[in-house]
Amino acid sequence: MKIATRAAVLVTASALALAACGAAPEEEPEETTAGGEEETAEEIDFKGCIVSDQGGFDDRSFNQAGYEGLQLAQESLGIETAQAESTAETDFVPNIDSMVNQACDLTVTVGFLLAGATGEAAEANPDATFAIIDDQSIDLPNVKPIVFNTAEAAFLAGYLAAGYSTTGTVATFGGMAIPPVTIFMDGFVDGVAHYNETKGAEVEVLGWNKDDQSGEFTGNFEDIAAGQNVANAFIDAGADVIMPVAGPVGGGAASAAQEAGDVAFIGVDSDWFDTSPEYADIILTSVLKQMGPAVFDVINESVQDNFSNEAYVGTLENEGVALAPFHDLDSTVSAELKSELEEIQAQIVAGDIVVESQSTP
Amino acid sequence: MSTPEDHQNAGEPTPGAPRPGEDRSASLVHEILSSSWLLSLLALLVALAVGGVLIAAADEQVQEAAGYLFARPTDFLGAAWSAVSEAYVALFHGAVFDGQSESFTRSIRSVTETLTVSTPLILAGLGVALAFRASLFNIGAQGQIIIGATFAAWVGFTWHLPVGVHVIVAVLAGILGGALWGAIPGFLRARTGAHEVIVTIMLNYIAVYLISYLLITPAFQRPGSSNPVSPLLDDSALYPLLLGSGFRLHAGFLVALAATAFVWWLLNRSTVGFRFRAVGLNPHAARTAGIKVEWAYVLVMIVAGGLAGLAGTAQVMGTEKYLTAGIAASFGFDAITVALLGRSRPIGVFFAGLLFGALRAGGVTMQARTGTPIDIVLVVQSVIVLLIAAPPLVRAIFRLPAPNSRPRSARRAAVKEAQA
Repeated sequence: MKIATRAAVLVTASALALAACGAAPEEEPEETTAGGEEETAEEIDFKGCIVSDQGGFDDRSFNQAGYEGLQLAQESLGIETAQAESTAETDFVPNIDSMVNQACDLTVTVGFLLAGATGEAAEANPDATFAIIDDQSIDLPNVKPIVFNTAEAAFLAGYLAAGYSTTGTVATFGGMAIPPVTIFMDGFVDGVAHYNETKGAEVEVLGWNKDDQSGEFTGNFEDIAAGQNVANAFIDAGADVIMPVAGPVGGGAASAAQEAGDVAFIGVDSDWFDTSPEYADIILTSVLKQMGPAVFDVINESVQDNFSNEAYVGTLENEGVALAPFHDLDSTVSAELKSELEEIQAQIVAGDIVVESQSTP
Repeated sequence: MSTPEDHQNAGEPTPGAPRPGEDRSASLVHEILSSSWLLSLLALLVALAVGGVLIAAADEQVQEAAGYLFARPTDFLGAAWSAVSEAYVALFHGAVFDGQSESFTRSIRSVTETLTVSTPLILAGLGVALAFRASLFNIGAQGQIIIGATFAAWVGFTWHLPVGVHVIVAVLAGILGGALWGAIPGFLRARTGAHEVIVTIMLNYIAVYLISYLLITPAFQRPGSSNPVSPLLDDSALYPLLLGSGFRLHAGFLVALAATAFVWWLLNRSTVGFRFRAVGLNPHAARTAGIKVEWAYVLVMIVAGGLAGLAGTAQVMGTEKYLTAGIAASFGFDAITVALLGRSRPIGVFFAGLLFGALRAGGVTMQARTGTPIDIVLVVQSVIVLLIAAPPLVRAIFRLPAPNSRPRSARRAAVKEAQA
């Protein structure tokens, strides 16, 4: 019993000590926190919230981009924000629910994985509004899908890759065979095909067959070593331009390309030149999916009471998708190729070239 | 800690524990299990304190105030206090009773969420705990949950059985799936001596990739969707909701209660359970006494897997209602912590499961209301494991005497053990 008593005394004592720590200064900083709240009270009465998928807000990919859009809105529009990071698929429902419970005016859910949970929450809470990135399966008056026709920009990347390649072999691979991934690969393959058609060339694409929708996947968005292995296999097969559509796994491919020396890399989602400067010397371009600006626009509309459930579709035309600058490799891309790309971009915007993919939103 | 001390440690409070030269992992299990409730409680307190320090450190206002710490230390302390207390208050609101909600139903929703999240933790924790008692480290609850959920889900959306029958058949399928996945390492251990830790870890990987593969095959994929999600289970295959549609709490929780009672009965009242424990305490003595040790290994893993399979049914037939690759979240791994914290006693596991469910449910609210990263909850859980797995550390922090350093207290501990 002696141990128990002694421990109990210790616990009580430490609890008291902890309490004493806090109790004394409680009054003064109360003012500072109150001051902080006043600051927010001056701002507009709108709460924008965001729920991530398992990638978390530091994934250098779409969760992060969406979160940056929300932060931008917080800074420039002065809205209140809240965020919830999901560590597993089972967190989706409780996370979205906690946002509804906090009276969020608009809750952005990131990724098609959250579609089920978002749809349920939207149905149960018709007064709240939601926006979901990369999914448009929900047809409810209070859910706005934010989707991107990335095939258009990937088409340009495919054309560029085909024109840039000296070996006549280019490659792409994905993280998982899901529509937001394969749409990039479809566009890329079509871009190469367009090059072959107009130039009478025979550039080959490894890693994706658009017709039977099958190709090379690492099976997840985490295993960077797998990305390296896949890329090495492509390089051995003669590929000299690689576009991985696999989030952070693409980093493995970039390091394989860098090691190989004469292999160029095309990033996706964000401009890899900015997010991964360590590979600056091999980054040819990136297929941009402007999620941050899209999220900001949707929040802005909502703040101005213009919320609609009409899908936001990012295209080359509205600059929701784009091809990033060539940065360090700018001098290695011929002027002819550059002007052709501009021409194709204009044709896509004008509708003269229609980029098709079964994953097109 | 040196090895001989270790064995003394384990040997003294529990007579019949392995002698020097025995399997070292077995003696570790015994040391963990024979540590007192007090240590579990202290581990929780230390973990919350460590979490508090991290919450304060991650808070922006605290970081600002730390800049002029010596000019006005009160600011720093105040900011730290408000950050930590707000976070823990939000945790409590999210886990037990939400005083800030507008309606009563919203307020009590918190505790129902805790019970919902606890359900798979308790069930899988029981499975891990049961294997622990037979000195088997069942790291495979994750895989067993996945396979159990897969079996149950398949029965749930492909067979269309009458109301009532469907639930029971789906539950049985879930148990079967988990038991099957548990039987493999049990069988390999019994027949070939392959260590169950390695085998169960590998089977976890197999389960994860198997479910990822199945979900892109037509048999499991939702018609008209190319995403890796299964169709919704039939309504007749779902656990009934206990408190109506406003809450997620489902009858799976009752299953968890029943399973707790069952495991208690199995371990403490049945011959089979006696054999499990005898094998766990000393397989050689058990064999000499005529117990078929190999058969006990297989059987205990089958039951443990079945319990984890039940956790899978709670997920797929109660909470999520369809199958995804992430159906098991990290419940299988958290279950190990739950079993350790509950000292592998069924009642202990039940309450440890409730605690972890509360941390998870509360963590959501904490994150949403105060912006505290959800990782803090994981840190608290991990520190608990760390401290439970290393009782000397807690003893050192609180200056508790080691059981074998003073014979008198050791004898008392032994008496306490015997009573317990």
